[in-house]
Amino acid sequence: MPTTTISGRTLEVNEEGFLVHPDDWTEDLGVELARLIGIEMTEAHWVPIRFLRTDHAAMGETPTLRRVSTQTGIDVKTLFGLFPKKPAKKMAYVAGLPKPKGCV
Amino acid sequence: MTTDVTSQVNEETSFVPSFDDEAESGRKLAIICSKGNLDMAYPALILGNAALGEGIEVHLFFTFWGFDMINKRTQGDLQFSYLGNTAMHPPGMFGVHMPQGMAGLPGMTAATTKMMKKQIADLDVPEVPEFLEMIHASGGHLWACRMSADMMKLHEDDLIDEVEGIISASDFMELTDGAQLLFI
Repeated sequence: MPTTTISGRTLEVNEEGFLVHPDDWTEDLGVELARLIGIEMTEAHWVPIRFLRTDHAAMGETPTLRRVSTQTGIDVKTLFGLFPKKPAKKMAYVAGLPKPKGCV
Repeated sequence: MTTDVTSQVNEETSFVPSFDDEAESGRKLAIICSKGNLDMAYPALILGNAALGEGIEVHLFFTFWGFDMINKRTQGDLQFSYLGNTAMHPPGMFGVHMPQGMAGLPGMTAATTKMMKKQIADLDVPEVPEFLEMIHASGGHLWACRMSADMMKLHEDDLIDEVEGIISASDFMELTDGAQLLFI
């Protein structure tokens, strides 16, 4: 398994660069992960990211874009605006979680 | 030793998922929706939605029976019948065949439709009207076929607001220049 160094920490990542261990994640690390993919975190970004963290902890899997939208009340269009082009994958990356497995 | 460590750190620091590669390549997907059966509506919705989530430009073109997916009066009431579908089996009962003759009995289509809708809802997958709203909100483009509209005497007012226009087949060909295409 490859490793990468972010904010001075050596972290295990998968072949695509996603963190392998959700417990490695902190909000400070989230800021840095977002910066690496060209996103500056604002409070609007944090709402879905915090939901991803709590939902993953409760359900054992990364929520899909639709689930993030229905559970947080943030519409899909806004999520595309916050995390352009690939919101589900980008949110998962910033939250230090695996890509969502669901189709919808 | 110091040099080795530094080069390793530099190399590893740059290891970030390549999110924008495909998005920047201008990949396009065109899906032609020609069916109005419930089970034939979903493949286009699922694939189109997945493509949008990958940063791919998506155009859906509704033609013939596919109009039922975007007609305000029919889109919430698509049906599923297993008449002519010999693969049909009750949920989870693989290898158990449903007699084709039963599919034509009164009430059978309503029952199979209800069953399929429940299975789809159990997966937290939206119904057709909400799914199309979601695709539109995700940046997907919905187009209606001119000839179908003329045949069925339907106008833009009859169609859901998310439809961007009633266009000819050649207009759609121009719009989807270079796109990958699915006919459903």
